[in-house]
Amino acid sequence: MQCQAQLQRSTITLKGSAQIVTQYFEYAVQSILYQRGVYPSEDFKQKKEYGIMLWVSNDDGLNKYLSTVLSQTKEWLESGKLRQLVLVITDVTTSEVLERWTFDIETNKEVVAGGKPPEKAESEIKSEIAGILRQICASVSFLPLLDTRCSIDILVYTDNIEEVPAEWEDSDARNIKNAEVVSLRAFSTKVHNVKTMVAYKAEDML
Amino acid sequence: MSGSKTPGAGSPSGKSVKLSFGTNKTPGNGKSKEKLDRFIPTRSAMDFDSANYTLSKENRAGSEGQSPPKEDYQKALAASLSVNDSSRILAFKQKAPAAPEGYENSLKALYNQNLAPTVAKKQFRHVPTTQERILDAPELMDDYYLNLLDWGSQNLIAVALGKSVYLWNATSGTVEELCTVPNEGDYISSLRWGSDGNYLAVGTSDAKVQIWDASRQKQVRELCGHTNRVSCVSWNGSILSSGSRDSTIANWDVRKRRDEACVARLTVHEQEVCGIAWSLCGQQLASGGNDNMLAIHDASFRLVNKVQAHTAAVKALAWCPYQSNLLATGGGTADRHVRFWNTHTCAMLSQIDTGSQVCALQWNPHERELLSSHGYSKNQLCLWKYPSLVKVAEMTGHQGRVLHMATSPDGGSVVTAGADETLRFWKPFGEAPAAKDADGKLLGAAPGGPLAAGSAAGFGGLRSIR
Repeated sequence: MQCQAQLQRSTITLKGSAQIVTQYFEYAVQSILYQRGVYPSEDFKQKKEYGIMLWVSNDDGLNKYLSTVLSQTKEWLESGKLRQLVLVITDVTTSEVLERWTFDIETNKEVVAGGKPPEKAESEIKSEIAGILRQICASVSFLPLLDTRCSIDILVYTDNIEEVPAEWEDSDARNIKNAEVVSLRAFSTKVHNVKTMVAYKAEDML
Repeated sequence: MSGSKTPGAGSPSGKSVKLSFGTNKTPGNGKSKEKLDRFIPTRSAMDFDSANYTLSKENRAGSEGQSPPKEDYQKALAASLSVNDSSRILAFKQKAPAAPEGYENSLKALYNQNLAPTVAKKQFRHVPTTQERILDAPELMDDYYLNLLDWGSQNLIAVALGKSVYLWNATSGTVEELCTVPNEGDYISSLRWGSDGNYLAVGTSDAKVQIWDASRQKQVRELCGHTNRVSCVSWNGSILSSGSRDSTIANWDVRKRRDEACVARLTVHEQEVCGIAWSLCGQQLASGGNDNMLAIHDASFRLVNKVQAHTAAVKALAWCPYQSNLLATGGGTADRHVRFWNTHTCAMLSQIDTGSQVCALQWNPHERELLSSHGYSKNQLCLWKYPSLVKVAEMTGHQGRVLHMATSPDGGSVVTAGADETLRFWKPFGEAPAAKDADGKLLGAAPGGPLAAGSAAGFGGLRSIR
């Protein structure tokens, strides 16, 4: 009975949803870094997840940074305070923001408050996530080439939190002026609803 | 002030102006003829009490909070306008590692795919038109139909001077005599290195084909079968083909015993067979004869086609290194043409009128070029671009017709043997692409360097002039 329930796993708890969303963030960020060529492609290796082949970085520094940021993000998700996660890609030399990937999170307040966890099949969530990751790969077709050396930064939009860990500082929104925004698919765990979109600096050719 | 003094009807002289302060004059109407404008407050219209209260109220307002309904109202207003001062934007203090220095986004290739490829027009390289060095080659026979020079893959140059074969080590510059025909009046008529650069096939004027092991300086085979001098030989793995003045081509399997060695006899020519060459892949055999014929045979020694296009003897044969069915042939004095053939269809692709007897042909292993050597009157070497057939360079130096040519194993040098009894070294093909450290092996040493000194010591005939 228990193994059946485990296999099914259609009941999504708050913690479970936070775990799913954090894992999605990790793979989405890794995919973006690989697809946009922010880091050399030799530094990436393939990994199968969500039923598709994804690229994850081999670099220890990068992985450590990501896991630290995302573990704190997961905590905030569990407490229902996370609103948005933003991946900012900046030009190293001019400090200009070139691309801005936003992950908008809508939290089901009832579940945070301790209500009944909803039901959704995990396989369905996984296929939704796979669809978005494929879209990220396909985004190469319309996003402009990142010609210069870039650095990344992850911003977290939260509810007003008094206690912020010491490693986190306040930041500005790092928006792009005259941005073109493209909205990708969204997925939902019924506890968290995650929308993905990308804003990029429109090429001023026109 | 009571009483009013109004200016007189008559205009004042301008010396003194009297202003009126009458209260019955309302503000705004005070425009006197002198065009003065001043706001005149009317005290009776003022409410000093409320003004006082409002002024002093401002100082107090900051310290006290607004009224609760007003705060809620403001929050609701802010929320609806999404001026959300209650959210925070946080960033992790320790930033992510940056991309490595000098890293260029590999996607550039993807983005640039539709751009017209920037064809980097290669600047034509400088081809030195004079020889690099000269070696004396006395008693080199001046016979157009013989093939007396070859450069093996172990960097040994074999040259037949009269009755003997000499090996010139291009690495060390040393010379040794390999073999001599025993009988008086006989001479060496052809030679060719095997692919390993160790076994040398030697054809003699007494119709014998000998195989020598150069490292042990021993003869390992003697193949008999021809009835006249063996003018040309060519290797195909362990098959050796020899063309003779008896107009036949004999094919020997050198692994077999001498009485079983001859595997095929081809009798396609009617006169001396002076040129023979297996294709680089070993699938086809080309032979040229004094009967002006070019014959193509397949690997099982069947004649594929016989072509009569040249009007003189076909001695120079060269297979293209990058296209397996492309063959270049050169004709003798009466013909003077170089012709290019597709050996699968035996169709002639193009031809060049070189203006002079074509003695030998060598393809450039690095570029699409062909080198031809000539006789009267310039005794020059011509470098042609293929397939445009433009003459790229002309190299002169020989005083007699340039009978034989061979290319070094690394493709950087060409050695020619001329009727003026000299061996000359040329560098027509440019730098070998990956042979950066092969300079030691190459002839490339300066003429005054150690190589020259080594060869000066008794070649038994061959000595360095320069």
